[in-house]
Amino acid sequence: MWSNVQILTGAPVFNVQLLLNGISVGAIFALIAYGLALVWGVTSVKNLSQGDMVMMGGYCGWELSKHGVHPIAAILPVAAFMFVFGWIIYRLVIRRVIQLDLFTSLLATFGLAITIQQSLNHIFGPEVRTLRSGLATISLFHGKVDITEIRLVAVALCILVAAAMIVFLRYSRMGQAIRATAQDPRAARVLGVDTDRVYSLTFSINAALCGAAGVLIAMVWVIQPFYGIAYSVRAFVIVTAAGLGNFSAVIVTALFLGVIEQYSGFVAGAQFQQATIVGLLLAILIVRRLALLRHRKALQ
Amino acid sequence: MRKRISSTAQAVAAAGALAALGALPLQAMADDVIQLGSAISITGKYSQEGKNASDGYNFALKKLNDAGGVKVGGKEYKLEVKYYDDESTPARTAQLLERLIGQDDIKFVLGPYGSGPTKAAAPVTEKYKIPMVEAEGASRSLFTQNYKYLFAALSTSEQYLSPVIDLAAELAEKEGKKPGDLTIAMSFENDPFSLDVRAGVVDRAKHYGMKIVVDDKMPRDLSDISATLTKIKALKPDIIVFSGHTKGATTATRQMKEMGVNAPVVAMTHCESADLVGKFGAAAEGILCPTQWAETLKYQDPLFGTAMDYYKAFLAAHPEYKQVPYQVAQASAVIQIYADAFQRAGSLDPQKVRDALAATDLDTFYGHIKFSPEGNNISKPMVLRQIQNGKYVVVAPTKYAADPVVFPRKVSM
Repeated sequence: MWSNVQILTGAPVFNVQLLLNGISVGAIFALIAYGLALVWGVTSVKNLSQGDMVMMGGYCGWELSKHGVHPIAAILPVAAFMFVFGWIIYRLVIRRVIQLDLFTSLLATFGLAITIQQSLNHIFGPEVRTLRSGLATISLFHGKVDITEIRLVAVALCILVAAAMIVFLRYSRMGQAIRATAQDPRAARVLGVDTDRVYSLTFSINAALCGAAGVLIAMVWVIQPFYGIAYSVRAFVIVTAAGLGNFSAVIVTALFLGVIEQYSGFVAGAQFQQATIVGLLLAILIVRRLALLRHRKALQ
Repeated sequence: MRKRISSTAQAVAAAGALAALGALPLQAMADDVIQLGSAISITGKYSQEGKNASDGYNFALKKLNDAGGVKVGGKEYKLEVKYYDDESTPARTAQLLERLIGQDDIKFVLGPYGSGPTKAAAPVTEKYKIPMVEAEGASRSLFTQNYKYLFAALSTSEQYLSPVIDLAAELAEKEGKKPGDLTIAMSFENDPFSLDVRAGVVDRAKHYGMKIVVDDKMPRDLSDISATLTKIKALKPDIIVFSGHTKGATTATRQMKEMGVNAPVVAMTHCESADLVGKFGAAAEGILCPTQWAETLKYQDPLFGTAMDYYKAFLAAHPEYKQVPYQVAQASAVIQIYADAFQRAGSLDPQKVRDALAATDLDTFYGHIKFSPEGNNISKPMVLRQIQNGKYVVVAPTKYAADPVVFPRKVSM
């Protein structure tokens, strides 16, 4: 473990590699977490099928590429398809559980997760699949640092989506309605906001983001019908650590955790990568709780 | 009521007639037939693999019986198998073995498919002191229980990647280097199978005094191994070893290419099930992959001839197969092991056959068979194949290899 730290101090160039990888990993997770935070904040439904919608997006991209569509060109149509899928799911399932208690909505989205997994397994089979972006690897520092262009595409897409969402939420009429609904659905309804439309739009946007992330994941890593859960868990960790209602914090947290994961994998070994992330979440929650207690004491 | 009586009467009459008619031939058949029994997966998640195994059993049986069967104590016997479907569930395997031994009076058992069902079957055969020879359960844990009646034709999981270390040592010596100077970077998934594989690698590395510089364990959920690969890149090891089922093989091959990571020797399990060549083409070149058996090996025996003869004969008999999976070949070898043991035992007493099995020292088209006291086959090495020009070519052990290994591994970055 100590010898691994010595590599980093002895050859600082490897820090660049870890940072680049960490940021690109974080960017993909940011896309997924962003959608989750949006749905969570606006509808207060915790979508347990988040990762499975990501896998579904990946398989849609895989299916398109079988018909000759380049995977990168597939991102947009898949996002559009998933937008429609999200809208249908909202009409069929989410709408009915939004007003109900937490456990009903958890159960509903959990059921959705299982349905998506099994359908993917049934349609596409259990094999591990990948997509080839055909993009090259950029080599820096005499081959000591390598970064694939597809990861840069992921980072660019993450920035683009984040910027678009911020502009949309802040300046468009619908964005304002979404924010109003997130703050207080009843008050928003009283003021004439069609909250049902807000909810369905939010859920559809989330599904579209998942779809885009899924195609990226098929190009950067692998997809398999049952691998969605890992992405659900990570998205929950990011949103919980970032806190609700703060969308730029979600992105910063996702990138930060991506980098931390790389460093812990390098220094302590791959077996500690996820443990570090979850440990960090625990620490954040404890610190936040302590801060909250202090705040309450001050109020008394 | 009347109908029932009449049907009962008919049944009795039929049975009587059958007994009268068939007494002689039945008696004769029972006399010169050795009944084997197996609970194998005909339905359920292992149905494909179960079919492979039973096809292998049946193919060897037919060949053996056509060649005159086995001679036990001066008398010729034919072999026959009684199958039950274990539905791919270990609990059912155990029940069916109770039935095979308890009700059907089977004295010799052929293994089921998979480590799980084999684990369930072994305590039953052990209880009744009935020998079981299996070829489809590779888990190391089967051979740490001190079973006396369990024998396995295949190599166990800890042998999957240890030949890589032997090969690397051999190559180093050829270049005038000391094997002890080599460094190994490895990453294994955190599951029983992969950790078995890891134990074998660690054991061989210790034997040569090689240094393990990276020893990561991948969680099941991990989809990105770039942190491990960055470390490997920094340390420039001589040998890189991965095992993490199809996901591990896919991720490792993709990210090694993306990050420009390479070593003179690169090996991983599950190359074929992950379809590395189909997924990554040139990036998969030079990777070493273990397999239990390959048709290009120079093994042979009097019954089947060479491994290639077996391969061709099986494909001729089973045109539905495109190639012969090793699961088929090792099942056939089990029949040969039994035939050999019956002949040497000179008796059909399960205890005597068991002792003969324990003393097996047999050349087959599948490889040499010799059991350790725990029952696993210690003399057949795992075979290493290397991906050369998109094909899997046997390169080690060098004694049986068809082609030379491409060393050091080169890959177009």
